Amino acid sequence: MQSPTVTVNGRVLPLDGVAPHTTALDWLRSCGLLGCKEGCAEGECGACSVLVARPGLTSPTQWTALNACLVPIAALDGQELVTAEGLGTSRALHPVQREMAVRGGSQCGYCTPGFVCSMAAEYYRPDRAALREPAPSPDGSAPSPDGSAPSDGAHPDHLHGPNGFDLHALSGNLCRCTGYRPIRDAAYALGQPAADDVLAARRDQPPPAVPGTRLAGGGAEFVRPTSLAETLDLLAEQPEALLLAGSTDWGVDVNLRAARAALVVAIDRLPELRTFDAGSDVIEIGAALTLTEVEELVQGRVPLLSELFPQFASRLIRNGATFGGNLGTGSPIGDAPPALLALDASVVLASAAGEREVLLAEYFTGYRTSVRRTGELIRAVRIPLPQPGLVGFHKIAKRRFDDISSVAVGFGLDVEDGVVRRALIGLGGVAATPVRARATEEALTGRPWDDETVLEAARVMATEGTPLDDHRASAAYRAAMLGQALIKFHARNRAPQEVGA
Amino acid sequence: MSALSERPINPVVGTAVPHESAALHVTGEALYTDDLAYRTKDVLHAHPVQALRAHARITGLRTEPALQVPGVVRVLTAADVPGVNDAGVKHDEPLFPDEVMFYGHAVCWVLGETLEAARLGAAAVEVDLEPLPSLITVREAIDAGSFQGGQPTLERGDVEAGLDGSAHVFSGEFEFAGQEHFYLETHCALALVDENGQVFVQSSTQHPSETQEIVAHVLGLTNSEVTVQCLRMGGGFGGKEMQPHGLAAIAALGATLTGRPVRLRLNRSQDISMTGKRHGFHARWRVGFDDDGRLQALDATLTSDGGWSLDLSEPVLARALCHIDNAYWIPNVRVNGRIAKTNKTSQTAFRGFGGPQGMLVIEDVLGRCAPLLGQDAATLRSRNLYTAGQTTPYGQPVRHPERLAVAWRQVLDSSDFAARTQEVAAFNDAHADTKRGLAITPVKFGISFNLTAFNQGGALVHVYKDGSVLINHGGTEMGQGLHTKMLQVAATTLGVPLERVRLAPTRTDKVPNTSATAASSGADLNGAAIKNACEQIRERLAQVAAERLGVAPADVRFADGQARGIAFASEPVPWDELVKLAYFQRVQLWAAGFYRTEGLHWDSSTMRGEPFKYFAYGVAAAEVEVDGYTGAYHVRRVDIVHDVGDTLSPLVDIGQIEGGFVQGVGWLTLEDLRWDEGQGVTRGRLATAAASTYKLPSFSEMPEVFNVTLLTNATEEGAVYGSKAVGEPPLMLAFSVREALRQAAAAFGPAGTGVDLASPATPEAVFWAIQRARGTEGGHVAEGSPGVRPAQPGADAPAMRPYSERVQHVLTQT
Repeated sequence: MQSPTVTVNGRVLPLDGVAPHTTALDWLRSCGLLGCKEGCAEGECGACSVLVARPGLTSPTQWTALNACLVPIAALDGQELVTAEGLGTSRALHPVQREMAVRGGSQCGYCTPGFVCSMAAEYYRPDRAALREPAPSPDGSAPSPDGSAPSDGAHPDHLHGPNGFDLHALSGNLCRCTGYRPIRDAAYALGQPAADDVLAARRDQPPPAVPGTRLAGGGAEFVRPTSLAETLDLLAEQPEALLLAGSTDWGVDVNLRAARAALVVAIDRLPELRTFDAGSDVIEIGAALTLTEVEELVQGRVPLLSELFPQFASRLIRNGATFGGNLGTGSPIGDAPPALLALDASVVLASAAGEREVLLAEYFTGYRTSVRRTGELIRAVRIPLPQPGLVGFHKIAKRRFDDISSVAVGFGLDVEDGVVRRALIGLGGVAATPVRARATEEALTGRPWDDETVLEAARVMATEGTPLDDHRASAAYRAAMLGQALIKFHARNRAPQEVGA
Repeated sequence: MSALSERPINPVVGTAVPHESAALHVTGEALYTDDLAYRTKDVLHAHPVQALRAHARITGLRTEPALQVPGVVRVLTAADVPGVNDAGVKHDEPLFPDEVMFYGHAVCWVLGETLEAARLGAAAVEVDLEPLPSLITVREAIDAGSFQGGQPTLERGDVEAGLDGSAHVFSGEFEFAGQEHFYLETHCALALVDENGQVFVQSSTQHPSETQEIVAHVLGLTNSEVTVQCLRMGGGFGGKEMQPHGLAAIAALGATLTGRPVRLRLNRSQDISMTGKRHGFHARWRVGFDDDGRLQALDATLTSDGGWSLDLSEPVLARALCHIDNAYWIPNVRVNGRIAKTNKTSQTAFRGFGGPQGMLVIEDVLGRCAPLLGQDAATLRSRNLYTAGQTTPYGQPVRHPERLAVAWRQVLDSSDFAARTQEVAAFNDAHADTKRGLAITPVKFGISFNLTAFNQGGALVHVYKDGSVLINHGGTEMGQGLHTKMLQVAATTLGVPLERVRLAPTRTDKVPNTSATAASSGADLNGAAIKNACEQIRERLAQVAAERLGVAPADVRFADGQARGIAFASEPVPWDELVKLAYFQRVQLWAAGFYRTEGLHWDSSTMRGEPFKYFAYGVAAAEVEVDGYTGAYHVRRVDIVHDVGDTLSPLVDIGQIEGGFVQGVGWLTLEDLRWDEGQGVTRGRLATAAASTYKLPSFSEMPEVFNVTLLTNATEEGAVYGSKAVGEPPLMLAFSVREALRQAAAAFGPAGTGVDLASPATPEAVFWAIQRARGTEGGHVAEGSPGVRPAQPGADAPAMRPYSERVQHVLTQT
């Protein structure tokens, strides 16, 4: 195995002597790349955003923005990074930097390098293209306020610029000074990269290979195996190993709770965990695909997931986070489980002994515990087909972008001839684990999909789980939101005979 | 037009230029205090030992275990302090406490070769605590009679008679939350001992002179032995006015004891759990209106939640009292203030400095009472706006109230307010589960420090032989664009292009005895001082140029990098040539500038005087849409007209208005400080002490349509180049969003429903307001005279004596 290195702004820098838990942020700063800032150390503010060359879906390589505070630098062995310093200099500004500078996009400047990197990632997004001005809407209706993409994705609205810039790209960056308007204007003023832009040209070359990595020091070790078989053997030998997928959860533990693991095994780039297979009776999603990748891959195929993703954390987080991680940590407030429960999804668990498939509804056993055995990892998530006909994802939070749910609800219903044939309702934030709203499902199934049934079922749903009082919401509000979610879902999905009545 | 406000031809002020550091910001080249540690050799890292109890006596402190941790160099405790063990100016903030006063209070500090070593060392320190009873909420403090500092009363007219004569009397109660600054750059200091024992501290501070004073008194040194520099801050918002001092002192103490540079940077959780925030308040009020809805009398008692020590709570309270009128004429006023002492962080300055809290009370009163008076809120507000000839409750004439009226009318017009009010009503009729609200609110904000002595500024301007100019002033840059404005002022006064002027970082050995960069006064005070310094140099150069041009010195004009005579067709003298000429004639090419704001007086014991040089005005109209299922909402459109006088720098000013507005929206709707109020061991812990739990506005809170216009014909005679301060006032334009939310929530109930709205108005708070409106429960405003009388101060209530006045008092006695 070669000694680990990272290429930053075109320079190859060695990782010798770096402690395995060192974050990319701390390492970059120790290399004098001081534009990378720590604002929160938990992936919420984006002041540490940097560009990483990742495999692309519409071009061989895509510049992807990541929170450097969450990722151990060892996990970027062999990779190419670009920081704000690498985009341009004060005497030769990059187009993104120029627009930010001249439009008042910076005030204190501390969040700015991170904003610049997140914005540059969207600037270089290969399929970003100018949008058509919309035809005047006959009813003057406003764009969807929940932040989802415009219905056809082709028209500018307040979250999509005429240049195709998607403001969700900046949903993981916080600015305390400007109020964001000048940053939006800078984003919407960007053109396309020039013909001689080297970072644009880099997209057409293959992404950096992912080498095996072993970095040890201070009694701790970071290991990146190169195959699933090698990983499972390692896990069989050292079952206490901490599995690292997107590091969006573990990174927070390292920074805020000073967690240190004796052995970290990175599985986020294993080819066997990065497959996507849309078959005729099941869609299988590799557990180590990032949510951004899944978002692109499932486009149109799984409407419930399309509704979930814009509400799931931020673009910066989705660029790293994976289904495997979101299910693997077993958090009761993760946003993926309620949606996947409503799709009747299952997880594929792999170990040196082989594979088994477990229904997600039977996966969680308690607070952050599951049926996953030592030596097992989540290889994939399976969504059976056909999917429910009526789907919805309702998230209750204080902030629309990048907040943690106080309550999350996934709906998957089949309604035939005005009668509920099947009801799958996944809940997050109301119990020690994500749960199905079984009593509510029962109150709906076989009943007409109408106001009477729904109001009755909503009363049942408000008693599901055991919601708590905390700093995010009161128990009373959480309970109320469960019932309200069903009423709202029904109001938006009335049975055909109800519509236009 | 005054000499101070008059602009020359082709001034550099007033042109839209980007922030002076914009190119450095966007490339990551701009340096902040913590970045300097990378450039400094052999730096030690400081880590606090935080005691996790709301209130406890420290009965034992064993630091030896920390010294066993590899890489730990030293543990700093009270025994190490050669001077005064205090981090503040009131001597109620021990730097190393013997009593834990809030959950997370730092009791000692560990220095390590690495931050990891210091952290592990801190974890090894053993602290024995004897828990003591604690007060967490302001209500607990009120019930326990736990107050600190002075208890001022601001009074005009006869409140009882005013209420007796009112057709409508209402009384109510209102408790609202504070706000975490959440500057993106957390607190940081880097201290080292320079040649000959000179202590040099780089600090992220809004008040370098006071940081210097505190470092000196902790170390037992004179001020002349300590130099403090602030390159720039990654945001301040008032949070770095007082709070940096103790942290800088820890770093400086470590540096003097070890002989090595010491870096102290708080991480986010430490910053939020240890440093002060905006004060939350409790208010009880009675108000009287006549039949037309004109305010007749206001009787209120405001109790601020000061936290464990006084810090700036007294002046914050004074400003709250002075702004309870906001923009409204109230003939009879009595407002009492007091500061609760609780076991929380010591609350401090935050953009608006009590003004927002005072104004929020009257806006809440009007918003709640409008339906009870059968009036729409916009009419009720406009009917009560100040008009010519009226004075504030503390006796200051309200100058230029017509500008407020102009701004109000302009917002009504530009926002199409009347037509959109109809549209909102039609929308609400057509939608059972979604409602909109459209509200308009004014701002009147007094500019100057309440305390007269602070209204002074200094500058140092150098012109070098090559004609380049270097300016230095007492103000600090925290993103507000002060340095940009100062460069524009210097270029304007000297008549040189902007690029000829550079600015050097703020340092206490360049300009001494400075005031905090606070109270929105940075540009007023320092700009006038720079102008003064530049004028001194320009006058000397005019002598040289006059001789060369053959004109009288008074007839020399400086513009566009040249000196020329008026009314003569003589060749101009280029600036660089003139400077060279002056040097060889042995003319002094640098100057110290000074400015004091004239005409201010204030007596805080009687709460009367004319503390403000002028008022800044603004008006905002906001439209929101609320989801009846969840209480979630978004801001559809905002229209603002704001008064910045004649703008010094339009891009900067618009940035301040927009940014202040969104920060205000954050305070009023989203940002949720939740302390553990339970009786367990974590009582007093801030549950929202991280970015993941304390949510500030993100892109999703930006208004979809956001129109900001500067008020025209707004020259301010009393300030540099006719401008007005802009830092704080726009924050309070955000009341429009809160009032729009109240109206939208009310629309779920029958017409005329009054609604109480919690602050912050989170989706949950709005949902409960909607449920109350639907249940026609209405608000909790009591109707009828004489109403519920707010608590009045006892005869023995301590008087208000802000510390600086006390200092002067002591000095005059000795």
